[in-house]
Amino acid sequence: MIIELGHFALVLALFVAIAQSVLPLWGAHVGNARLMALATPASLAQLGLISIAFAALTYAYVTSDFSVLNVVQNSHSLKPMLYKVTGVWGNHEGSLLLWVLILALSGAVVAVFGNNLPPGLKSRTLAVQAMIAVGFLLFTILTSNPFERVVPAPPDGQDLNPLLQDPGLAFHPPMLYAGYVGFSIVFSFAVAALIEGRVDAAWARWVRPWTLLAWVFLTAGIALGSWWAYYELGWGGWWYWDPVENASFMPWLLGTALLHSAIVVEKRDALKTWTILLAILTFSLSMLGTFLVRSGVLTSVHAFATDPDRGVFILALLVISIGGSLLLYAWRAPVLKGGGLFSPISREGGLVLNNLLLAAATATVLLGTLYPLFLEGIGGSKVSVGPPFFNATFIPLMLPLVAAVGIGPMLAWKRGDLLGALQRLKVAFVVTAVVAAIVGFLLWGRSLFGVLAIALAAWLATAVLTEFAERCGVGKRGSGPATWWRRAKGSPRASWGMMLAHLGLAVAIVGMAASTLWEIEEIEVVHAGDSVQVGSYTYTFDGVQDVRGPNYTALEGSFTVTNDGRHIATMTPQVRRYVVSGQETTQASIRTRPLGDLFATIAETQGDGAYIARVYFRPMVAWIWGGCILMALGGLVSLTDRRLRVGAPKRRSEVQGASAQPSLGAAKPEN
Amino acid sequence: MFGMLRSMILALGLVLVLAGGGTGLVTLGASAAFATVVQPHERMADPEMEERAMALYAQMRCLVCQNQSIKISNAGHASDMRAVIRERIRAGDTDAEIKAYLTARYGDFVLLSPPVNSETFALWYGPPTLLALGVFGIGVYFWRRRRGDDEAEQSREPDLNPDERKRLDAILKGQDETR
Repeated sequence: MIIELGHFALVLALFVAIAQSVLPLWGAHVGNARLMALATPASLAQLGLISIAFAALTYAYVTSDFSVLNVVQNSHSLKPMLYKVTGVWGNHEGSLLLWVLILALSGAVVAVFGNNLPPGLKSRTLAVQAMIAVGFLLFTILTSNPFERVVPAPPDGQDLNPLLQDPGLAFHPPMLYAGYVGFSIVFSFAVAALIEGRVDAAWARWVRPWTLLAWVFLTAGIALGSWWAYYELGWGGWWYWDPVENASFMPWLLGTALLHSAIVVEKRDALKTWTILLAILTFSLSMLGTFLVRSGVLTSVHAFATDPDRGVFILALLVISIGGSLLLYAWRAPVLKGGGLFSPISREGGLVLNNLLLAAATATVLLGTLYPLFLEGIGGSKVSVGPPFFNATFIPLMLPLVAAVGIGPMLAWKRGDLLGALQRLKVAFVVTAVVAAIVGFLLWGRSLFGVLAIALAAWLATAVLTEFAERCGVGKRGSGPATWWRRAKGSPRASWGMMLAHLGLAVAIVGMAASTLWEIEEIEVVHAGDSVQVGSYTYTFDGVQDVRGPNYTALEGSFTVTNDGRHIATMTPQVRRYVVSGQETTQASIRTRPLGDLFATIAETQGDGAYIARVYFRPMVAWIWGGCILMALGGLVSLTDRRLRVGAPKRRSEVQGASAQPSLGAAKPEN
Repeated sequence: MFGMLRSMILALGLVLVLAGGGTGLVTLGASAAFATVVQPHERMADPEMEERAMALYAQMRCLVCQNQSIKISNAGHASDMRAVIRERIRAGDTDAEIKAYLTARYGDFVLLSPPVNSETFALWYGPPTLLALGVFGIGVYFWRRRRGDDEAEQSREPDLNPDERKRLDAILKGQDETR
C-alpha cells in the first residue's frame, strides 16, 4: 500500500511539474500575475510529492519488503541498517529518485527564498526548473520505475554490490547529485534570462551563490568518490580517468570556470553572454554525466544500469534539453548587451584566461571520453583513451593555469599592471626557484611534469599568501601583527574564500604529484613472522585470523609496523567474502601520517600459511583530499560573504507590479 | 551574428557526438572484481627493468576488462600480457618495440593512449585547435572592443528601468540593514 502511494505521488509530481513548466511561463509572457504566482506553490507541491515517493521507497528498504523488485535486487535482510538506507540510492532507479528529490528541493528553495527576485525572472526560472523535472520524472516513471512489484515475492533479496557496502555510499552520491543538481538552478536562471532577454545585477547576485554552492557540493562529492576508490578498491589509486569519473569532472571544470566568470558579471557587468553559455553547458555536462553512467554506452565500475533501451530515451532527452537551450541561446544571446570594458591585462582578463584554459581542459576530457564511442559509431576502429592520453593532454593545460592563478588576483580591475604585479611577487619567484632546484635535483631525468607541478604549486601557495598579506597591510610602514590581524579579520569573506580555495589547489597538486612520483610498492609472499621493508618502515606479518561481519566472513591479516624499532601502527587488512553474492572484496588497512600513507592489503595463496602482502607507502596522498577540503571550505566561506546574502527574505517590496516586468515581446532589441 | 553561428556549430557538434554515442551502444561483459594484481612472482629482480615493466603495464589496456590497465587487472589474460612484456624486456626490446609487438597482435585498442593517425587526428589535435580558436576569439573580442570603445561607452545605458532601480535599491538597502 505504501509502495503504491509512493508510486502515485511520483506520477502526481509529474503532472504538477508539467503544470509548473507551462502556466507560470505563459503568465510571465502575457503579464498575468496570478499564473506567475502559481510557480511557488507548485514547486512546494512537487517537493512534497517526491518526498513522499522517496520516503515510500526508503520504507520498503528499511522493512525489507521483498515484494518490491528494486529491494529484491539491491538488498538483503541481513544487510546492516546503514546500508539498507543508503542502498536506496545505491542503484539506478533509487538514485534517479534521489536526483529528482534534490532537483525539487532546489526549486523549492528558490520558490521560498526568492521573494526579492523580480517576479518575471522567478516564475520563468521555476518553470524551466520544472521542465527539467518533467524530463527526469518521465524517464524515471517510464523506464526506471523503482516501485515495480514482483509476484511471488522471493523470501530474501540478492544483496547490494559489496563494493557499495561502505559508509562512502552515504555521502558520495548525495553530495555529487547536490552538485549536479545545484547547477540546474543556474541553468534555469540562464534560460530564464535568455527568455527575458536581459542579465542584470539582480541576476548575477542570485546566480553566484548558487554556482558556488553547487560547486562546493560537487568538489566534496568528487573528492569523496576519489577517496572511496582509494581505500576500497585496494591498490591505492585515487583517480583512474574512468569515463564516469570524467563525467563528474567535466561539470566541475566548467563549473569552476562559471564560478569565476559570474564574478565578472556581478562586479563589472561584462562577459554576460559567455556566462550564460557556461551556465547552460555546465548543467548540460551534469546531465550528460548522469546519463552516461546509466545508458550502457560507457561501461565502468559505476555502471549499475546497463540497459540499451534506456539509451534511446536518454539520447532524446539530452538532444531536446541541450539542443533546445543552445538554440535558444543562439537566438536570444545577441539581444544581451555587453557591459563594462576592460583591457586584456586586468583582473577580468585573468579571469578570461582562467575560463579559456578551463574550457579547453573540459573539451579535452569530453573529447577523450566520447571519442572511442564516436569513432566506433562512424565505423572506425576501436581505440582506447585512458590515463596516458589524459595525462599528456590535460596536465599541459593545467600548468599555465596554475601559474596564472598566482598572478590574476594581484591585478586591478579594468586595467592592471602586469610588471608591477610580478615585482610584488618577488618572494614567490625566489621560493619557486629554490623548490624547482631541489625537486629538479631529486627527479633529474625522471619527470618534467613532476618538477613543474611541484614548483608551480610552491609558486601558487606563495603568491596566494603574498596577495593576502598585502591585503592585510603586511610590510606597510607603521603596521604590526595587531593591525595585520585586524585587517585580516576585516577583509571580505570572499577574499578569505579565494585564499583558502587557491591554497587548496596548491596543496592538492603537491599531493597528486608527490604520491605519484615517490610511491614505494612492495609485493611479497609472507608467512607468519616474516617482515617486509618499505622505505624506512618495517612491516612484520603476525598471521591471520577469521572474523565474521553481519553479512560477510573475512580473513584478517595483522601487520606490526615499526620505524627504526619504534612501534608505529598495527594494521589489519581484510579479504571479505559476502555470504549472499559470494563476491570477495579487499579491505585495505590505511594509516595516514603527515608525510604519507601506510597502505596494506592481504590476499590468499594456494600455499599453506603463505599470504600475499601488498604494502605501499604513498607519500603525501592525503594532501589531495586535504586540498579538496580547503577548496570546498573556501567556497563555503565565500558563500557567507555579506554581499551574497541576498537569499534571506526581507519584507516584500512595495514594488510588486508584475506588469513592470518586460515580457518576451518587450525585450526585442530596441535599437 | 558571430555568436549565433558559433553556438549553432557547437550545438550541432554536440548532437553529432551524442548520436555517435547512441549508435555505438555496446556492452562488454561485466566483470568488475577489483583486487590488486601484480603477483609476487611477477616482480622482476632488476629494479630498473621492474620500473619499466610497471610503467608499460599502466599503458596497456586489459582486453577483457572495462577500462582497466593490465597493471590493475587480475584477469588471466592481463597476467599473460604482463608475462609477455617481461619476456620482451628481458630479451632487450625497447619500450617502443614492446608496444609495437603488442599492437601487432591486439591492434591499437590495446594502447591506452592511441597513436596519432588519420582516425585519431581530431582527438589529439582537437584540444590545441580549440585553444587556438579560443585565443583567436578573445583577440577578436578585444580588438573589436577597443575599436568601438568610445561608442560603446556612450551608448551604455542603465539596464534597469526606474521601477526596477527602486526595487534593487530596496533590496540593497534591506541588505544593509542586516549588517
